[in-house]
Amino acid sequence: MSNQISGAEALVKSLIAEGVDTVFGYPGGAIIPVYDVLYDYSKELNHILVRHEQGATHAAEGYSRVSGRPGVVIVTSGPAATNVITGLSDAIMDSTPLVVITGQVSSAFLGSDAFQETDVLGITQPLTKWSYQIRSAADIQWAVSRAFYIATTGRPGPVVLDFAKNAQLEKVEWTGYKKCRYIRSYIPEPEISEQVLNEAAELINQAERPMIFAGHGIELSGAEQELREIAEKADIPVASTLLGKSTLPTTHRLNVGMLGMHGNVAANMATFRTDVVIAIGMRFDDRVTGDTNQFIKQAKVIHIDIDSTEFGKIIPTDVAVHGDARNVLQRLLPKINQVRHEEWIASFDADKQIEQAKVIDKEIYPAEGAITMGEVAHKVSEATGNKAILVTDVGQNQMLSSRYFGFSESRSIVTSGGLGTMGFGLPAAIGAKIGAPERTVCFFTGDGGLQMTVEELGVILQYGIEVKIILLNNNFLGMVRQWQEIFQNCRYSQTEMINPDFVKLAESYGIAAEDVVSREQLDGAIERMVKHKGSYLLNVNIDPQGMVYPMVPAGARLDNIILSRNEKYKKQS
Amino acid sequence: MEEKTLYTVSIFTENRVGMLSQISIIFNRRKLNIETLSVSPSSIEGVHKFTITAHSDESTIDKIVKQIEKRIDVLKAFYYTDDEIVYQEIALYKVPTAQLLAEPNLEAIIRRYNARILEITPEYTVLEKSGHHEETQSLFEELKRFDIRQFVRSGRVAVTKCTSEYVTEFLEQRNQCKEELQEEWRHQ
Ligand SMILES: Cc1cc2nc3c(=O)[nH]c(=O)nc-3n(C[C@H](O)[C@H](O)[C@H](O)COP(=O)(O)OP(=O)(O)OC[C@H]3O[C@@H](n4cnc5c(N)ncnc54)[C@H](O)[C@@H]3O)c2cc1C
Ligand SMILES: Cc1ncc(C[n+]2csc(CCOP(=O)(O)OP(=O)(O)O)c2C)c(N)n1
Repeated sequence: MSNQISGAEALVKSLIAEGVDTVFGYPGGAIIPVYDVLYDYSKELNHILVRHEQGATHAAEGYSRVSGRPGVVIVTSGPAATNVITGLSDAIMDSTPLVVITGQVSSAFLGSDAFQETDVLGITQPLTKWSYQIRSAADIQWAVSRAFYIATTGRPGPVVLDFAKNAQLEKVEWTGYKKCRYIRSYIPEPEISEQVLNEAAELINQAERPMIFAGHGIELSGAEQELREIAEKADIPVASTLLGKSTLPTTHRLNVGMLGMHGNVAANMATFRTDVVIAIGMRFDDRVTGDTNQFIKQAKVIHIDIDSTEFGKIIPTDVAVHGDARNVLQRLLPKINQVRHEEWIASFDADKQIEQAKVIDKEIYPAEGAITMGEVAHKVSEATGNKAILVTDVGQNQMLSSRYFGFSESRSIVTSGGLGTMGFGLPAAIGAKIGAPERTVCFFTGDGGLQMTVEELGVILQYGIEVKIILLNNNFLGMVRQWQEIFQNCRYSQTEMINPDFVKLAESYGIAAEDVVSREQLDGAIERMVKHKGSYLLNVNIDPQGMVYPMVPAGARLDNIILSRNEKYKKQS
Repeated sequence: MEEKTLYTVSIFTENRVGMLSQISIIFNRRKLNIETLSVSPSSIEGVHKFTITAHSDESTIDKIVKQIEKRIDVLKAFYYTDDEIVYQEIALYKVPTAQLLAEPNLEAIIRRYNARILEITPEYTVLEKSGHHEETQSLFEELKRFDIRQFVRSGRVAVTKCTSEYVTEFLEQRNQCKEELQEEWRHQ
């Protein structure tokens, strides 16, 4: 019996066979055959019609970051394909698995400047883990299975399948789907070397002042439990990166906060005293290290990463443990001695107190004056039991919401780290809610970033997706304004904005919304937002002069910490 | 800044469209000029070999090679200094025949440079020389006075001096791994 189906149908069947339940997309001429098939498969495959293809990619990222499954995007050729570029860059930077399918003109027209033809492979190859053009229907099964295998294994990342229209229309024999589990030239998970594990264990067991740097790779690998066990067994303080913030509960005794530019004082200062750093699934971004020539110079460095190109890329490594974080930690655990580091852990206290008094208390419990970003974040976090997923846009709203949000579960922070993509937040929040429907999604944004992808409110309207939107509205491109205040002598070049009435805007999309202008209104408004069934937008008028502290200027040594407008950190002796 | 050395990079890839651009982009991003490039099918069926030379410091070339090897369709990538490889380039020189024949010492030149004559017509003669860059260059200098009309030099080709053949071994390992996996799946 022959079972001939169209290439378009073969694609859709392949997606379903890969376990895909939701795709984010936007139709057009070069992908119409696939959309025609989606019409028949709407029960098996939920399609979310975004309002701009960039939104599809960020929604897919949000979906993936909370669920651990790859995000899938389908768009047409030409301008739609170029619209996904920002999302691809964002996903490769933050190791997020995406499978992005772009329509393409028929093979016969390739290279002829056909209508809506663009060189998708040429553009996307440098921004993806793999990109491939499907020119014949016979290729589909092979290409789709490889795409999912590549996107989700090893160091995850985005892949692109550029799907020529003739291949969508051609008939192909469907003999069932076979998942890809082997590619000759690609070894996603290396064998972990026993000898290297022993070297790492020896360093850890000898350490007097060990410190863990916990990164995004822990969540990608599912190593949260192992992280916790190792930290507890050897009594090691854990500092995280921005993307690693929810790997260990915020209130855990050993969680000493975030590293880096806007990190916690105690964590940053400890980098000058630690003798052994265990970096797990983190890539020493310059926002983390400050001046790399003056970063953890005195310490031995154990770097655990699945991508060997990360070893020595930024920081010289003493022991490079190449492998999946979870497997590595599981095998390391029995080799680690149970010890206490009371004195070392107590040495964080003085700096914690300084930050509490000079930064945190002022930000979250201001007695007077305008509403601050930190107090809003803190209150929303408490009102949701510190259990919500925090999605952020980019800028001050991102730094302050992530600083003052509490995390009790893993995969609870969704933010654009490496690329810092304004406009990431709204679609990512929508995707996050779809990826974790049982959880509350709180989305913090600025007035600038919200307007970069505000059209996606239409998705909330159409599908009734529940996202709590907290707009920290300062009528400024706040983060840039902050740099201008500190480094450009208050020359606010092109950072002030006249904004629309955001409440009316939300209401026109059927989203409940309210303005918050004074501190007295805040608690009640947050309560209404949390209780409300459905999406809600709080337009909080915050201090236009608000600042993110502490701050280490870009490229400076990590002890060069600005605590407030008129105070710099001084080392405690 | 570390000192710059001429490194020879050998890359073995699957025979797939777009490999060259994937590789060259990685050089571009690190602002490294490719000095020479040669691409051909390797001795292993279906495997292509790229030989690229570039001036670099070791830490940069090391990172570039790792990043190249990370591309999905790249099998293996290595870098070498000149003392680790046997290498060769080939050059062709097109010279007006009349001028060449006017040279009384032509035979001596050809012998000294170990050059070959590939074609002679009344108008032009094509000479060939293979060797290291300096050798093909010095014949170029020698022939300059005959008014060279065309000159072309190939990219470097190279083989390693070491005794193990890493790519063959790698492919054997991968095949074995595949067989083991297939065995496993059969039992699932
Ligand atoms: C305005 C702004 C300010 C910022 N300020 C800060 C700041 O102060 N502090 C800060 O930390 N960040 C800050 N960031 C974010 C920063 O730019 C980086 O995005 C972030 O530090 C990266 O974190 P990461 O290395 O943990 O994650 P990624 O960049 O996602 O890296 C993940 C690492 O884990 C590895 N990995 C993946 N899977 C596995 C696995 N299974 N096993 C083992 N390893 C694996 C990967 O190979 C990679 O090396 C800021 C960003 C913005 C936009
Ligand atoms: C797409 C994009 N363009 C520009 C920037 C540079 N940038 C970083 S933060 C920022 C200001 C963000 O302002 P807003 O969204 O209002 O947030 P706030 O900082 O005020 O919280 C800008 C312009 C960026 N990160 N992304």
